[in-house]
Amino acid sequence: MYSEEVMDHFRNPRNVGEIPDADGVGTVGNPVCGDMMTVYIKVKDNRIADIKFKTFGCGAAVATSSMVTELAKGKTLEEAMKITRGDVAEHLGGLPPIKMHCSNLAADALHGAIEDYWKKKGSK
Amino acid sequence: MKRVCFDYQAGSPVDPRVFEAMTPYFGTMFGNPSSTHAFGQEAKNAIEEARMKIASLIGARKKEEIIFTSGATESNNLALIGTAQRNKEKGDGITTSAIEHISILNVCKYLARQGFSVKHVPVDSYGLVDPTSVEKTVSEKTIIISIMYANGEIGTIEPIAEIGKIAHTHGAVFHVDAVAAVGKIPVDVERENIDLLSLSSNDLYGPKGVGALYVREETRIAPIILGGGQERGLRSGTENVPAIIGMGRAAEIAAKEMADESVRLARLTDRLRAGITKEIPYSYLNGHPTARLPNNLSMRFSYIEGESLVLSLDMEGIAVSSGSACSSKTLEPSHVLRAIGLAHEEAHGSLLFSLGRWNTDDDVDQVLSVLPGIVSRLRRMSPLTPKNLQV
Repeated sequence: MYSEEVMDHFRNPRNVGEIPDADGVGTVGNPVCGDMMTVYIKVKDNRIADIKFKTFGCGAAVATSSMVTELAKGKTLEEAMKITRGDVAEHLGGLPPIKMHCSNLAADALHGAIEDYWKKKGSK
Repeated sequence: MKRVCFDYQAGSPVDPRVFEAMTPYFGTMFGNPSSTHAFGQEAKNAIEEARMKIASLIGARKKEEIIFTSGATESNNLALIGTAQRNKEKGDGITTSAIEHISILNVCKYLARQGFSVKHVPVDSYGLVDPTSVEKTVSEKTIIISIMYANGEIGTIEPIAEIGKIAHTHGAVFHVDAVAAVGKIPVDVERENIDLLSLSSNDLYGPKGVGALYVREETRIAPIILGGGQERGLRSGTENVPAIIGMGRAAEIAAKEMADESVRLARLTDRLRAGITKEIPYSYLNGHPTARLPNNLSMRFSYIEGESLVLSLDMEGIAVSSGSACSSKTLEPSHVLRAIGLAHEEAHGSLLFSLGRWNTDDDVDQVLSVLPGIVSRLRRMSPLTPKNLQV
């Protein structure tokens, strides 16, 4: 059902946790539909210096969260904004069709965290 | 790694004794039961013997009341569509429950599109159907009441005899989907006022692809598959002889061993439940605490999602199933868990352990040794988990 890469990220998810003094936080999904994730970022010199996530959801939801943190870490905010759901799925060796929509929200959570950072910065 | 199956409801092995009984009918005893010659007659005699064993398991008066089908889904289709078509002059009312199997619910949807008036009675938080609420839906236009004997997802056993009495008071046919119950607990169509009863072979450790519908001698239904008029004209098509022989042998073994087996399985599910509840905070039983199947345990775990649990247990060699949307084709959580009043997120975090003939105390130990760690790990990862549980 799932690719080797998905199972690897589900088994050993990278960057699990919270950043208490995060510069930006993005949350997408909700527990009612079965998938919910929060991404925390720490920004330094316009780059994602640190990133962590917490996810409630299925195997695909956990694996996409883990993968998006790996893809985003070290990138400039503009580069990170260009990471798509498709990129995440592709780096995981694909996802079952039914999971492409519902459990592939991690890129949205990342973008939400970056926008949150920009909003906070702008208002300072 | 030793593999452990706690998902017998999804699929069961064929009991070796059943397999042994079946094998001659793939080879030397290949006759068509409709043939007059010796090859045909030995097949005919064998399926009649199987019919007798199944009739005896469910307390039917006559073996002719057993109609072989391709499985419980067909039995449920035949029961509802066959009764509706045969009785449409009499009325259009169909009463069923909110927690029936999908092969009842989808047939009811189909019949509603044909103009029948379908009413779904709710269940309480244990999954029990209240006979009084069934009676409230019934009128002189009601032609069939269909309520399951026991629910396969949460194990709750319904007050069948009482509902049957209501059906008969109002002149309606009483159909019971007894797939999850037959062979696990005693079922008696006479004592429990049942007119039609669906059963499956694989749930008895017989082969897949065969099932039966009990049709009371006086109950009139129309066939949905037409042809050569086999099975009293109610199910045409050459009989699947080896599978029917297997189902008969499986029924015979169930009748003999059910009493001991249900005690053994109830002890294992009780141990599993006690161990989980003790070791894992915020874990709860779904379904009725006592009126339940001995082989079924449905538990829910707050703050986490079922498919992640299923995958994590699978990595430890343990097979279970989940009520989560993410494990289904529809992306909706189980309609049964929703019907007993669970919120979506609670339904998502449910696991079903369905035990079978080959489970042992070692299997229970294996689950109890890994499940608490898996739940903690997933809770640490979940944004819903309260801070005090994140250790």
